[in-house]
Amino acid sequence: MIQNNPVGRLIAHVILIIGILIVAFPIYYTFVASTQTLQEILRPPLSLLPGGHFWENYSAALFGGVGRIGGVGVDRLLFNTLVMALGIAIGKICISILSAYAIVFFRFPGRMIFFWLIFITLMLPVEVRILPTYKIMVDLGLIDTYTGLILPLMASATATLLFRQFFMTIPGELVEAARVDGAGPWRFFKDILLPLSKTNIAALFVILFIYGWTQYLWPLLMTNRNDMSTIVIGLRKMISFADADTEWHLVMVTCILAILPPIVVVVLMQRWFVRGLVETEK
Amino acid sequence: MANVELTNVRKVYGSSVEAVKGINIAIEDGALCVLVGPSGCGKSTLLRMIAGLESITDGTVKIDNKVVNELGPAERDIAMVFQNYALYPHMKVYDNMAYGLRNRGMPKDQIDKRVKDAAQILELTQLLERRPKELSGGQRQRVAMGRAIVRSPKVFLFDEPLSNLDAKLRGQMRVEIKNLQRQLGVTSVYVTHDQLEAMTLADILVVMNAGSVEQIGAPLDIYEKPASTFVASFIGAPPMNLVPVKADHSGLVLKDGTRIGAEGLSIPATGALIGFRPEDLEVSAGTDTHIGGLALDLKVLGVEPVGAESYVYGIIGGERVVVRVPGRSTSNTDDQLRVIIPKQKLHLFGADGKRI
Amino acid sequence: MASSTRVTFPNKFLPYLLLAPQLAITAIFFYWPASQAIYQSVLREDPFGLSTQFVGLDNFRRVLGDPNYLNSLQVTVIFSVATALIAMALALLLAVMADKVIRGKGIYRTLLIWPYAVAPAIAGMLWLFLFNPSMGTLAYLFRSTGYNWDPLLNGDQAMVLIVSAAAWKQISYNFLFFVAGLQSIPKSLIEAAAIDGAGETKRFWTIVFPLLAPTTFFLLVVNTVYAFFDTFGIIHAVTGGGPGKATETLVYKVYNDGFVNLILGDSAAQSVILMIIVIGLTAIQFRYVERKVHYG
Repeated sequence: MIQNNPVGRLIAHVILIIGILIVAFPIYYTFVASTQTLQEILRPPLSLLPGGHFWENYSAALFGGVGRIGGVGVDRLLFNTLVMALGIAIGKICISILSAYAIVFFRFPGRMIFFWLIFITLMLPVEVRILPTYKIMVDLGLIDTYTGLILPLMASATATLLFRQFFMTIPGELVEAARVDGAGPWRFFKDILLPLSKTNIAALFVILFIYGWTQYLWPLLMTNRNDMSTIVIGLRKMISFADADTEWHLVMVTCILAILPPIVVVVLMQRWFVRGLVETEK
Repeated sequence: MANVELTNVRKVYGSSVEAVKGINIAIEDGALCVLVGPSGCGKSTLLRMIAGLESITDGTVKIDNKVVNELGPAERDIAMVFQNYALYPHMKVYDNMAYGLRNRGMPKDQIDKRVKDAAQILELTQLLERRPKELSGGQRQRVAMGRAIVRSPKVFLFDEPLSNLDAKLRGQMRVEIKNLQRQLGVTSVYVTHDQLEAMTLADILVVMNAGSVEQIGAPLDIYEKPASTFVASFIGAPPMNLVPVKADHSGLVLKDGTRIGAEGLSIPATGALIGFRPEDLEVSAGTDTHIGGLALDLKVLGVEPVGAESYVYGIIGGERVVVRVPGRSTSNTDDQLRVIIPKQKLHLFGADGKRI
Repeated sequence: MASSTRVTFPNKFLPYLLLAPQLAITAIFFYWPASQAIYQSVLREDPFGLSTQFVGLDNFRRVLGDPNYLNSLQVTVIFSVATALIAMALALLLAVMADKVIRGKGIYRTLLIWPYAVAPAIAGMLWLFLFNPSMGTLAYLFRSTGYNWDPLLNGDQAMVLIVSAAAWKQISYNFLFFVAGLQSIPKSLIEAAAIDGAGETKRFWTIVFPLLAPTTFFLLVVNTVYAFFDTFGIIHAVTGGGPGKATETLVYKVYNDGFVNLILGDSAAQSVILMIIVIGLTAIQFRYVERKVHYG
């Protein structure tokens, strides 16, 4: 580095720490609130330190027996969300890696047409065709099913494009070596392509898991029954500022429980996630 | 072991781009055939057609007297060493070498024996548990060779295998490949653009240009009797000097109008090129004419001493030439020299570039 | 090896099989509904759903002439521009600082990336907890200074709140890209500028910032798309489009007209307009990708 200016670096540290405080504060605040009693929450300002009701509130939310959102427990909502997030992540990775494989490693009539058909879906999110898609789900009887939550959100090209881009960097010689070594398309896929794609798969998994976990509009429309709802939707239904009966301390707990799993996934798989994110979007 | 025979092999891309134009080559069992030529001359395409990695538009490729045109690369019983080695990055050296055998369903103990034998030959035994990333360029090259050897195929195919190594290592590996090929006696086809590699490795040398064969023969025969100006300037470094000459009623004229003695040369009316290797010139002290040779005047442009020899760059009859002189040269820039080309070292090419 | 001479497997049937799952899902859940949206956008259904008739571009004409629609277009533009600018400016500042420090880079990154994992709707709720007038601690602090803070009644304040929440969530994403962008700038260029006598600030604005342009531009598009679509949850959870229609964005209006007010033709026409906007943004993005390939 050119400048070895300790003052400049100190300022940089200070700004970063302020940045982290801004970024972390809403979450920290919610956590603090989740350890207070309802009365304390309703009487601002809230203390800046966690209160003493951590176990009480968390066990009430998780094992309270009485479901708080239309008779459904938080565990059920978390489970639904997990199924949805995993379904989207795994399903999309599977169909994408196969179609990218076809597009990159084969030449066949209609290849470019198919590529564009998939490609166009890249940036048209479900929101722009929401009503007709909803109607189709009703016609197919997929309302309040996991299939209905998962399948339509798999119809996008991001993962296919990432795999395609990665596959194009695999030297042609490697394919030729495998062919000379007697590996057909399936063996090549299984023995060479799949192991080489490991990091990409991991990165995509994180991105898609979070994508699935944080969905809002689609589960809002697709689920009528409370026991099929996701945690984010459930949380929304718990909140009512007009309603004096809202149990805010439990809302806060649910909030923390809803954001914890994806945060854990991001932080633990940070290395792949960061690489994958920056590479996907290029 | 097997011979390889190419008959009228053609490759056309799309409907009109002819990359390989009807090539005939016969390679005897156990011989090492080198295909050499500038990039884009079709040599790699030809190799890949032998390998089964490119389809053959026309003609036949025979391995061991059997037409293999319609067989896939794995069924042709060939092994190939690639320019960038093409090692499987996620597999250990051992698995890289064993992969092809496993795909053929060879029993485990037999695979193990073959891999270890090959590792022994290539001095890779210590590296079997490493991944390609952890190897040096030369070591990767050996692994690529090992992967070919373990298969004991009918034919080895080499696609510029040394082009990614530094000069010193390249020389070393060249000798190793030659010895290994001799020792195993496997028929080989070797593609390179490096004429030195071609000269030193080949039993049969095939010089290619623009999709056609310019000349086939033993390397030294080609060096001594190049069939065309293309071969003459491609084989040998520095390349053969080529000086244009025309005949008129009273003798021979060079490009800049200098007249020279005919010395019994018969030059066609369309003109010709006189060719001579840089080492085949004799620098004459005075202005005397040498009996049985062609005497020319050379103006020195510069001298490059490289130790064992010196290169004298100059102009003869308006054309730049190089002369290779043993040891130090006594010439200086702007000197006028009289050089003599012995008659038996003189090459003559017609206006079409073909040898006369 | 260039893509035109890409090494491939000779196989006639297999590639179609490999493509089938994705094509099926894309056809059923993308092309079919998208064409339905286009189809419905030229139809008008009577209030009882008994009959429909072809009305050409009437729906579009009405939608584009509707002051409510123009209002939500304006809301969307203000919301998107504000969100993108704030999220990008803060992220760039933090990324430049993170590029400067030597110790603790990894820790800073870890601590900065987690809002990425927070659902937009929850991000909205977190900010609402802080700022809602009845129990929010920060709202309490605002009011105790005498400021009349009530985002549930004041449209501008509601906008400030959802922009904050939307920008807050997007900082991590932008941060990661700016860090990557900064790392890809050759150090020798910065050194050359330093030798040429450019001070630190000058180096940033004359060398670093222009070289970051591809990243910045890319993020601008991504952030705009994010503000258009992904923030539906924030608005739905925090303001419900209100107060009045002060925070009703285009996507929110599509939802509202289609699912709450059940005006299908208008909603479909709005969907088609949205599609055109996104396709336009995508096209811009691809021009940029192409340019980058040329320079790169």
